[in-house]
Amino acid sequence: MGYLIGILAGALGGGLVYASLSLSLALFGGLATRLGLAVPLLLGGGLGLVAARFQPKREAPWPYLPLAALGLVLGVLLPESLGVGRGWDGLAGLLTGVLAGYALRDLKLHPPDRETWEVLGLRGLRAVGLVFFVFVVVFPFWGMLVASLKPRAEFLANPADLSIPLSAGLGRLLEGYRAVLVDYHFLRYIANTAYVATVTMLLTLFLSVLGAYAVARLEFPGRRWMERAVLLTYMFPAIVLAIPLYAIFTLLGLRNTLSGLIVVYLAQTLPVALYMLRSYFETIPASLEEAGLIDGCSRFEVIWRVTLPLSLPALASVGLYVFMIAWNEFLFAFMFLDSPEIFTLSRGMVALNSQEVPYQYLMAGAVIVTVPVMLLFFWFERYLVGGLTAGGVKG
Amino acid sequence: MPRSLKAREARLAFYMLLPTFLIVVLIVIFPVIADFWISFKDIKLGDLRPPRAAVVERVEARPRAPGDPLVVAYRVENRSKNPIQAVRFSDALPPGVRPVSVPPGCQVTGDRLFCRLGALPPGTRRVLRLRLEATAAYFQAGRPNPRRTRPQAVTRAANPLLSKPFTLANFPKVFHDPEFWPMLWVTLAYTIFGTGLSILLGLFAAQLLVVRFAGRNLLRGVFLFPYVAPVIAVAFVWVFLLDPFAGTVNALLLKYGLAHNPIPFLSQRVWPVHLLGLELRIPLALTMVILFEGWRYFPFAFLFILARMQAMPAELFEAARVDGAGVWATFRFVTLPQLLGILATLFLLRFIWTFNKFDDIFLLTGGAAGTETITIKVYDYAFARADLGLGAALAVVLFFILALFLTVYFRYAPKGEV
Repeated sequence: MGYLIGILAGALGGGLVYASLSLSLALFGGLATRLGLAVPLLLGGGLGLVAARFQPKREAPWPYLPLAALGLVLGVLLPESLGVGRGWDGLAGLLTGVLAGYALRDLKLHPPDRETWEVLGLRGLRAVGLVFFVFVVVFPFWGMLVASLKPRAEFLANPADLSIPLSAGLGRLLEGYRAVLVDYHFLRYIANTAYVATVTMLLTLFLSVLGAYAVARLEFPGRRWMERAVLLTYMFPAIVLAIPLYAIFTLLGLRNTLSGLIVVYLAQTLPVALYMLRSYFETIPASLEEAGLIDGCSRFEVIWRVTLPLSLPALASVGLYVFMIAWNEFLFAFMFLDSPEIFTLSRGMVALNSQEVPYQYLMAGAVIVTVPVMLLFFWFERYLVGGLTAGGVKG
Repeated sequence: MPRSLKAREARLAFYMLLPTFLIVVLIVIFPVIADFWISFKDIKLGDLRPPRAAVVERVEARPRAPGDPLVVAYRVENRSKNPIQAVRFSDALPPGVRPVSVPPGCQVTGDRLFCRLGALPPGTRRVLRLRLEATAAYFQAGRPNPRRTRPQAVTRAANPLLSKPFTLANFPKVFHDPEFWPMLWVTLAYTIFGTGLSILLGLFAAQLLVVRFAGRNLLRGVFLFPYVAPVIAVAFVWVFLLDPFAGTVNALLLKYGLAHNPIPFLSQRVWPVHLLGLELRIPLALTMVILFEGWRYFPFAFLFILARMQAMPAELFEAARVDGAGVWATFRFVTLPQLLGILATLFLLRFIWTFNKFDDIFLLTGGAAGTETITIKVYDYAFARADLGLGAALAVVLFFILALFLTVYFRYAPKGEV
């Protein structure tokens, strides 16, 4: 019975690996593959049988290594001997081996009980879930990248082929980027967006440090009430503010300016920045600051010399969060900016989204908007995740 | 007597909070109040353009010899639909002329004419005749045409936000719009299903990444992609990928035989599905924007749920194992109860934010094909139909619905979790 479970689990795992691998290869690599059933079932079943006999233990240093190696060897040999080799089989075998090992690891197989089935089902669900999420998340971003590299006609010839035509040469591949950056002035939009996001970030940090310090450390009437009220504004929909702000900013001549935009972004980011920094300041022992005050520092000296150096991680997450919000913002940039010289990237993208501009350029623009955020995100992921969970980025 | 320390501290706090407070009041609180104000006025988008007086100059008589009259007529016209309170204009006169008669409200100083006119109702005009006498110097200068210099006009008009009369006409228009109730249902469906889907996906994703394995941290970063990427980029990409003719998704469906014809995902209102002899009418575009909502915001729920799960004490799971609880029982009776607080908070937060959401649907469908939510409608009224008053009236309605939700939120939100 235990071996039967092993074979079954292995075969299902083999099916999953081969199906997802050939779909990915076809989609992302442009390699024509056909789903054969025999190889994955045979290979997976065999590996499952082995895994059921020599079950991997969690504590072992490299629990899946033997099965992976066996999978690699079989994955190369089996399709060859059946005459259906297609390359990549080694990888598929390797993954199938790991999966079969993972499925049967530490499992009570001889004989199985109810928990065995539950754990097996859970692990199956995990494997399918991981494949699903990775695919669903990566697919559009990959599609964006590929569509930005291929001329329209080439893409239309086979939209189901999302491979990068590397043979075209770098110059042709990057044609869309050249056009968008130079002909459609995205270089200027990048500078505008960076300016708006940086100024917003610096001003928000400055004002929210002051405000958060006051709420965290100083006694004044209506302290809690005030903070709640500020946080409440965070729940207001942008579109409700859009009509009056549009009208008033137009009459004041502030609408079509980057300064007007920055003021709106400040109002959108200050409440959360204040909230996040306040929570952090409260974790710093007040005695440190009192020592500074007794030594004769003024309040502002204490903030500058004691509080801020201790809150660098919080400042980093708040700053990143604000920068990201300002960089990504769409609605107000779209409504406020009319003159192409001061377009931000969001507004520039809307201008690019027209019948006359090829989709390749639009996708190149999308990549240009996205890449800086992604780079920042990966660089500072640690801080950013802290910021996201602390404040809950609105969106 | 020096002020007490306490009063000084309160004063300092006041100054430190003042800028933040001012900005929030000016950019958030004040506009909400202004919404109420505008909703009771008939203000069109065009009213924001200040009315300008057009000053057209015409020469009615040109001198032939010194001493002849030179008559210049200025036609001042208000071509807009709004009243002008006052007009001022000035014009340079040609050299070598002497004023004979100056129209009322005007005066000639040196070689310039200055005029001040009173109110100019919409669509009216006034003509001012300036009689001059040409001297020899005028002919020496080569008989210059007075029209060579253009009159400079400055207009003062009332602020349309303040001057327009109050009206109650906007609210009946909002409620009698035949699309009002469908729009509310679409908003509700989008909010509830979008919120639910994003939290369910987030819960699932968190279960996947709570166990330790190689590459887990990388995957956690990757899972956050949809959430941190700019909305404009991801929305345009999905529009592109879901395109019926050039899109990859349809090409894949056709290639693997899952569909016989391309599916216009974002532009078709209803997609009939035949299942067991029953015809199900799926609201296609609405379903797609809900799926997008789930895709884009599951990382938010994922992040919170994962953080909560990693903080759960291991002893509880150990105890459950000792008691012989299976996988499902452990999840149902150990994990889930500890997640209830964060799930409730997430639901309320995401519910409110999804209800407020504008960008996503606007960029995906523009509100077409049965995806017009209340926020899209506000934009549609105010900017597509150029009726700010009507848009503000719907924004006020939106605000009241939101206030209802917020009351529920602050009433039931678990303490300590945002």
